[in-house]
Amino acid sequence: MNRFLPWLFVALLASVPLWLTDFYFLHILITTGIFIIAAMSLNLLLGYTGQLSLGHVAFFGIGAYTSALVSLGFHVDLFPGFTVTLAPQPAWFAMLCAIAVAGLTGYAIGKLAFRVRGAYFVIVSISFAEVVRLVAVNWVELTQGPMALNNIPALTLGAGAFEISFLRKPAFFILVLILGVASFIVVARLVNSRAGRAMIALRENESLAMSVGIDVTRYLVIATIISAAMAGMAGALYAHYIRIVDPDIFLFLYTVTMVIMVVTGGKGTLAGPIIGGIIFGFIPEFLRVMEIRPEVQWIIYGVLMILVVYFLPQGIVPAITHYLTSRKHRHEADVLPAASTPVPRP
Amino acid sequence: MDQLAQHLLNAVILGGTYALLGIGLTLIFGIMRVVNFTHGELYAFGAYCMYAFVMLLGVNFFLALPMAIVLGAALGATIEMLLLSRLRGADIDTTMLVMIGAWITMQNTEQLVWSGVALSIHNPFPANPLIIGALSVSWNRIYVVAVALLLIAATYYLVNRTRLGKAMRATFQDRQTAALMGVRIGRIHTATFALGSGLAAAAGALLGPVFFVAPTMGDLAAAKAFAIVILGGLGSITGATLGGFILAFVEELGAGYISSGYRDAMGFLLIILILLFKPTGLFARRERVG
Amino acid sequence: MKAQSETVLSVDQVSVRFGGLVAVADMTFSVRAGEIVGLIGPNGAGKTTAFNVITGFLRQTSGDVRYHTTLLNGLKPHQIAKLGLVRTFQRTSVFQESSVFQNVLTGLHCRGRATLWDTLLQTARQKDSERELADHAKEILHFVGLDHRADEPAGTLPYGEQRLVGVALALAVRPSMLLLDEPVSGMNPSETARFIKLVREIRDTGVTVLLVEHDMPMVTRVCDRIVVLNYGRIIAEGTPAEIQNNQDVIRAYLGQGKKRA
Repeated sequence: MNRFLPWLFVALLASVPLWLTDFYFLHILITTGIFIIAAMSLNLLLGYTGQLSLGHVAFFGIGAYTSALVSLGFHVDLFPGFTVTLAPQPAWFAMLCAIAVAGLTGYAIGKLAFRVRGAYFVIVSISFAEVVRLVAVNWVELTQGPMALNNIPALTLGAGAFEISFLRKPAFFILVLILGVASFIVVARLVNSRAGRAMIALRENESLAMSVGIDVTRYLVIATIISAAMAGMAGALYAHYIRIVDPDIFLFLYTVTMVIMVVTGGKGTLAGPIIGGIIFGFIPEFLRVMEIRPEVQWIIYGVLMILVVYFLPQGIVPAITHYLTSRKHRHEADVLPAASTPVPRP
Repeated sequence: MDQLAQHLLNAVILGGTYALLGIGLTLIFGIMRVVNFTHGELYAFGAYCMYAFVMLLGVNFFLALPMAIVLGAALGATIEMLLLSRLRGADIDTTMLVMIGAWITMQNTEQLVWSGVALSIHNPFPANPLIIGALSVSWNRIYVVAVALLLIAATYYLVNRTRLGKAMRATFQDRQTAALMGVRIGRIHTATFALGSGLAAAAGALLGPVFFVAPTMGDLAAAKAFAIVILGGLGSITGATLGGFILAFVEELGAGYISSGYRDAMGFLLIILILLFKPTGLFARRERVG
Repeated sequence: MKAQSETVLSVDQVSVRFGGLVAVADMTFSVRAGEIVGLIGPNGAGKTTAFNVITGFLRQTSGDVRYHTTLLNGLKPHQIAKLGLVRTFQRTSVFQESSVFQNVLTGLHCRGRATLWDTLLQTARQKDSERELADHAKEILHFVGLDHRADEPAGTLPYGEQRLVGVALALAVRPSMLLLDEPVSGMNPSETARFIKLVREIRDTGVTVLLVEHDMPMVTRVCDRIVVLNYGRIIAEGTPAEIQNNQDVIRAYLGQGKKRA
């Protein structure tokens, strides 16, 4: 039964465009879905590998900008006499570039940033994101700065009579759903493997992990690359959906949103970012409907985060799992008292 | 040449307040091992206090400063006792998340109360700047750097020559032994957070009248404070002081000669460069890994 | 079959200085294949420092450490572990949050054959490798006698059993030499007796053992040879009988009792 439940959930979601006629609600689902993918990627680094990376939005934004720039084409002078020009490329190619560039950035940052740990690492990750933001703001020739890159082409696949356009919301929703499920599967397979055990091990105790032959730096970098590439993919999706990208995409606020999603949902669990994403994807909408000012929304976020850390420090999903398993154990204890107490070895 | 001298002068003045910001944060970081995301908000709080006292309540400009500092310290102590005291044993992730929650709450409350409009505070100094040869500096800024240096000296004295300071240093070096020797770790934490917050509020109260007051002013200040902590090494007052001046110099010269748009990026680039080549910071004495 | 006198580990004039403090000075000793050697000494004598240097967690100031003929200087801990030289830890010897079975699976890391691509594509190699690792894990748990604890979080086990999990972790790496850091600290006499039996069984599988310990009776019973450290220097080396009657050793332990170091 348990194995089919998630697939049932996915099937239900896939049917949504068939019966949901409210395009605004569909829009909310799409943006929430994109953020959930970003949250899943952060969960890999923050939750499973235990690294406090607070610069994650940089990978998201780099993915968005790369995809936008490659599909729009660009023309820059790197230094006098040396220009780089790229003609506009198909959107699907641009998205692949976005994933690659984001992953590459993850590799570079991983190699550099993991020379330090703890508080220093947190600061480096934040600084990196801020530098990227300032570059996006100031390198106007490439990024248009605050004037934004707009008219980003929509994603289309195939050609001629077999062309599928992802311009309209229902089609894009399915795209996000497919990529979301794919991302989930990637993360699930990764964390239940040898590599995943290595990441969890180094989260728990780096020295111990090293002593059994785990190359800690290598796995930190692997986690960062995959996490960055996935965030970059989410960013590219965002770029081809909203079709405008400006430097505000790099605001620390968005990293915070992702962190809140992962932490309240349950870091280090597969379902955590999804639950967290749903909650924090929909809260702004409820608050908007009730005409509450954005400042109040953020105050609610802030207070909520503090409360979750105090009362449900592992997040919502582990709290629910814990409750369900403890009920199961109590039930077993009532029914089979002998079986649930360990027999001491003679 | 004159341009250079003017830049250097500006840097010295800016450096003083940066140092205040940095010292407060490095003490909190070093002694409490807390990633204090509310530091920027205390900076903004100090500035808003000055605004409220001077512009709304008509308090004397020079009197308003110590009042803002005291209020800042009190707010810091409250935050520590309310939020952090229960998390003393917890790992760095948990406290960091609580601090982020507190930061969001504080900044948006500020936004709600004061709205986003930039406010300015009148200062009682003569409008004409002091001219020395080809250099000019406003009286307000001279006051700022003088007070900043005074506060830095006072903090140095507090941490290195008083009993409280000794307890703080002991807690920094070896918390368990300090506790066994009778140091009340809880009290030290509250005192440290109050001190750090007071210094941040002081920096805000000093710079508020120089620039302007807005709810997001704390973010950039906090970011620079982090850069200074890295530069100077965790827990080092001397390091943070020098770090503050170095950052100010790099910013001024970078903005003046390379590009002003990237001025704020200087601090971050510095952090990244330093951590690449000297992960323990320029002046730290302790190995810092993890 | 290795020659009885083959040197497996050689520590050569190793010194470790922290600023002005000398933790270890000119330490020289070696361990031959199939031996069980004990490293003892009062607190602060430099035993843990020596362990950390040998296993790559600390850089020595001078001197060489060789494993078979490979120079270990400058190698990272995980590289040394892969060479077959594996250590346990005295404190936090296990991954607390993971189950005992997961702990051993983690220890089997280097024996996995699947690459990242195998993992992402769930190839046959991935599934076979995982199955193999699970089988190995069961064997190891059975060897140390912890089958009944497989699914419990390692951190909830009694201290003595946690040390056993730590040993299981180390055995999973398939070492040719095992470094045990105070393996019986916190164990009661019956657990200690069982552990001595386990160490002998480990040696019988061809693994050389070097252990650091404070428990003198245990050390005298299980070790072939003992090396005694004091203030960072080796002050005596020999069989348990020789060491027990060595004047320098007795003097070093004076005031701390002869039985418990």
